Amino acid sequence: MAQKRGILFWLQLGFTLLVCAFLIVPVILSILAGVTNNYFTGLSSGFTLRWVGQVWAGYSDTIFRSIGIALACLVCTLLLGIPAAYVLAKRQNALARAIEELMVMPVAIPGLATALALIVAYGGLSGFRTSWTFILVGHVLFTLPFMVRSVLAVLSAIDLQTLEEGAASLGAGFWTRFFTVVLPNCRNGILAGALMVVTLSVGEFNMTWLLHTPLTKTLPVGLADAYASLRLEVGSAYTLVFFLMIVPLLIALQWFSRPRRQVHAKPESE
Amino acid sequence: MPAKPGKMQRDTPMLVALMLPAGIFFAAFFLLPMVRLFLIGGSGTLGWAAYATIVTNANYFGSLLATLGVAAATTAATLVISGIAGVFLQRHKFPGNAALVAMLTFPLAFPGVVVGFMVIMLAGRQGLLGDISQMLGADKLVFAYSMAGLFTGYVYFSIPRVILTVMAATEKLDPKLEEAARSLGASPLGVVLDVIIPGLKPAFLSSGAICFATAVGAFGTAFTLATRINVLPMTIYTEFTLSANIAMAAALSFVLGAVTWAVLALARTAAGSSVAAAG
Repeated sequence: MAQKRGILFWLQLGFTLLVCAFLIVPVILSILAGVTNNYFTGLSSGFTLRWVGQVWAGYSDTIFRSIGIALACLVCTLLLGIPAAYVLAKRQNALARAIEELMVMPVAIPGLATALALIVAYGGLSGFRTSWTFILVGHVLFTLPFMVRSVLAVLSAIDLQTLEEGAASLGAGFWTRFFTVVLPNCRNGILAGALMVVTLSVGEFNMTWLLHTPLTKTLPVGLADAYASLRLEVGSAYTLVFFLMIVPLLIALQWFSRPRRQVHAKPESE
Repeated sequence: MPAKPGKMQRDTPMLVALMLPAGIFFAAFFLLPMVRLFLIGGSGTLGWAAYATIVTNANYFGSLLATLGVAAATTAATLVISGIAGVFLQRHKFPGNAALVAMLTFPLAFPGVVVGFMVIMLAGRQGLLGDISQMLGADKLVFAYSMAGLFTGYVYFSIPRVILTVMAATEKLDPKLEEAARSLGASPLGVVLDVIIPGLKPAFLSSGAICFATAVGAFGTAFTLATRINVLPMTIYTEFTLSANIAMAAALSFVLGAVTWAVLALARTAAGSSVAAAG
């Protein structure tokens, strides 16, 4: 790098550090508050796991429900999304573009509107309305575009046509090609999409707040409850539990999105 | 690429079969409910005029303007902040660079409620800024439970997303263009205005549009901060739960959905055409 590190460099570095502080300092404060005896008095009141214990006793069901819904959501988006992405990659015509456009709509329009639409259409089916699958439907609508786009990006980057023609000339039928050529080739996209789907589902609130019932609370719904009605330390401890859940997902997502660019640059190295 | 005639031309029935599960799910749980939402929006005491109340009713129109205003301010602030930090981090590699990027993208997966709580930790009644301002001898600075708090939350929420897009787009910019401009005598500001910003325009347009649409439709942050903040999603929620005015909630949320979708579609068209012009 031939550039000299002049005053501009340090100004920009200072600005970037300030932005970092804006994002990270509240996280640290909240983690500290979650393990402090009395946050109002300060850290001198001593550390405790009492609040975390209280959260676990009162809200552990929301944690397991969120994990369950996220995994079910992943299964649904895999089954619905991968075939759809393959079709969209194969047929790049106006109809395919229109379908893609439509499928992204649940991300584009506010979750509140989607949730209200689901309620006015299916709220009358009480068995469905009160079950966790009602939330699952909303999450699948919201996360499906991320799976489709992630797989579609990989399928568009490789020479699908040549690979498939090669397999077809050797006598491979449609389904053999799909399972032995297409699927193994888009595993990077599937993995990235899967991490995104699970992360988004675990954190979804906009829709879930309207879709949930008192017996089907998810983690973010429980968080909203705790923020509104319990003391700051309990809300912080609950947030801490949420961080512990999503940090591994985020690290995996970041670690994974980095080498993918190199894979794109020279696909033959894969 | 259209399929070449031959063996693979017979794939069409199988492709339709593969599209069918997603298609049926989408039709049953999105298209049909949306049609129903639209019809219910016109079934209240006001009839189809309910769709016009967002402009004619001063209360709703006020919350629409507030929503669009806070979303526009969020978009502008986020683009400036993420533009500076994103270009800097992509262009200068130094020890600790990766750690800074990791920190700046960490809140990516925070739901709106958690973002609201982060604002409370910063600027709430027991917040850091209040303590600092008191220590400095000023009045206790508390702005979390107002429109300023909502704005802070939306910027917090949007920075990680926009920074990732800006960094990816900066990676594709050719540094030689900037060097050429510099060797031709352009000032640092000139390089930014004439080379970097035009080069990043598609990224700014697309990530700015997503930022705007998210801020228009977000609900969790406002919900955590205060139910008094008068933005459209909160108005819809109040109509639905407290007033049980389902028809009005349906009409308002349909309009809100149409507005956000239109913003995104417009920006995509603009970003697409500028990409074509650059190519």
